[in-house]
Amino acid sequence: MTRKKAVAEATPSRPAPPHAEPEGESEAAAHLLELYRQMQTIRRIEEECARSYAQGKIGGFLHLYIGQESVGVGALAALRPDDYVIGTYRDHGLAIAKGMPPRAVMAELYGKVTGCSRGLGGSMHLFDVAHGMLGGYGIVGGHIPLAAGTAFASKYRGDGRVTLCFFGEGSVSIGSFHEALSLAALWKLPCVFICENNEYSMGTPLQRTMSVEDVSQKALAYGMARDRFFARDVLEVEHRIREAVDRARETSEPTLVEVRTYRFRGHSMSDPGKYRTSEEIEAQKKHDPLNRARDQLKTMGKSEDELAKLDAAIEEVVRDAIEHAETSPEPGPEILEETTYSGPFAR
Amino acid sequence: MREIRFREALREAIAEEMERDDAVFLMGEEVGRYQGAYKVTEGLFERFGERRVIDAPIAENGFAGIGIGAAMVGLRPIIEFMTFNFSAVAFDQIISNAAKVRQMSGGQFTCPIVFRGPNGSARQVGSQHSQSFESFYAHVPGLKVVAPAFASDAKGLLKAAIRDDNPVCFLESETLYGIKGDVPDPASGDHLVEIGKAHVPHAGTDVTIVSWSRITHVALQAIAELAKEGISAELVDLRSLRPLDEETIVNSVRKTHRVVVAHEGWPYGGVGAEIVDRIQRLAFDDLDAPVLRISGMDVPMPYNAKLEQHCLPQVPAIVEACKRVLYVH
Ligand SMILES: Cc1ncc(C[n+]2csc(CCOP(=O)(O)OP(=O)(O)O)c2C)c(N)n1
Repeated sequence: MTRKKAVAEATPSRPAPPHAEPEGESEAAAHLLELYRQMQTIRRIEEECARSYAQGKIGGFLHLYIGQESVGVGALAALRPDDYVIGTYRDHGLAIAKGMPPRAVMAELYGKVTGCSRGLGGSMHLFDVAHGMLGGYGIVGGHIPLAAGTAFASKYRGDGRVTLCFFGEGSVSIGSFHEALSLAALWKLPCVFICENNEYSMGTPLQRTMSVEDVSQKALAYGMARDRFFARDVLEVEHRIREAVDRARETSEPTLVEVRTYRFRGHSMSDPGKYRTSEEIEAQKKHDPLNRARDQLKTMGKSEDELAKLDAAIEEVVRDAIEHAETSPEPGPEILEETTYSGPFAR
Repeated sequence: MREIRFREALREAIAEEMERDDAVFLMGEEVGRYQGAYKVTEGLFERFGERRVIDAPIAENGFAGIGIGAAMVGLRPIIEFMTFNFSAVAFDQIISNAAKVRQMSGGQFTCPIVFRGPNGSARQVGSQHSQSFESFYAHVPGLKVVAPAFASDAKGLLKAAIRDDNPVCFLESETLYGIKGDVPDPASGDHLVEIGKAHVPHAGTDVTIVSWSRITHVALQAIAELAKEGISAELVDLRSLRPLDEETIVNSVRKTHRVVVAHEGWPYGGVGAEIVDRIQRLAFDDLDAPVLRISGMDVPMPYNAKLEQHCLPQVPAIVEACKRVLYVH
């Protein structure tokens, strides 16, 4: 795809390219069912996270992905297993969509040594080297150059991997976003920059943080391909991200994708939420991507019974993850030095 | 042995490590076609090509971050800051990402990266271009910090830093690039200097001077002055600031019982303060006088040549401090 064409194609919606469509109706339904399973697992895990947080079992900051699940799940469905994913503190959904076991995620939130980061990272820092999950990061925008770096390494070695980098629209105001995009475009790095525009940076709406409403326009200055669409349909997310992933893999060109979404919960658990009305939230919930996927599945012939069975299986996964987290041991202080330096501690 | 310049020693280290390991690459402003702002990287672009010697735009936060990301997935980047003053723009990348990723990933990701470039004063380049960064970086667990004074150590330590699996801040000095020193011939094998080991370039019995980087050379002049008055001073050149070689410091204190720490950075919370703390903790009973510090003056560096010299540690100040800890006047 030429750069010009890609730039021009920041359109609201268009049909999926044929190669992205799983063949046959039953296969298509099975595929959507799998995406639904992931979204529902994330939703249910996070609802339980909120409960555990209220009970004081999870500490620190907790940023829920509820409402935005279709972004991570749809986007990661377009990846190869060995591709890289990196994101912000709002990382539970990405971790689960990347294939990390809910047990390892939940144990990390509980600060247990069985957690994916051995209880040293917590909710904001979910890492898994085996799954190519390069972590969640707490400094807004600070991880975007790292994504350009892993993409740089892929190009340097010719390993054909693509890096997917997720961030909120709040990141678009900080320098590291611009430096990373500028360099990724200059050096043609195989990276897809995905801005999850959930309309608010903490309590501040986009129009009070940016002079333009269309985040994807930022790509224009870097001569980078761009795209912009709503995340209401998880399959649409997958198809659109796949175009950008293909561009990265085939021609080593980065893309800035603005995915328009909405978070149903507060910024974090401590958010009083006074900056928006409950009417606004209720109106947005009509576009809940999970309901949409469920309806689609029924249209495709999945029975209520089948879906209920899947939901029950998910409940079991969630219950198991919580039990695992609650019964796992905590890391001891002996872990601290060994994880700070490779080799002897430098004091 | 042959005599080469400090900058040539650095260049040899980079070239040998790039030859040895394809994962090593060099990235920074003007490092390639321009041949390096201080000519450290001269000829490397021609030798290794644009895949491995990468001219970066002025985006320290961006390219430091690219280096860190590349290091996380197995490359071994050498990131050159034209001077360490500009590393302030990449400070967040270094302290929040490079220094943290190993621990916050529970030990899953390492970050084998070298950040290198000139540190400290040059000549009359003013306050924004004369800062010493060692206390900022040595403060941070997860980082290593080295600051060699001699060509041989520059080569051996840089090679060790490139092979180290941790992020290393490698502090050079514009004023040292031209100095010559004996460096082992590459034909005689790999010249590596272990990170975390100080050395004693000059032995003495009456007083210990602890220093690093450029001030080591000022200390050597002070030692020559003191010798004229019959005072035998020992020099501990730290070479590494984190990890710090307590053993070599303490051994020298046990011998001389008197210490002066001399460095270029500011005094408040500086590396000198850290060294004084270690000495009082580890060798209190061996001390015959309070440890004194000679540091850069506690002000932004002025442009005026005389004032600049006034702000920097000089030979007479070090001589005077040595006499004070010896109670001779
Ligand atoms: C550099 C920096 N400044 C401030 C913060 C505090 N902070 C954390 S999240 C956040 C809002 C970010 O919003 P956005 O990028 O839209 O992402 P979202 O939380 O909506 O996913 C702020 C200000 C931070 N973590 N890092």
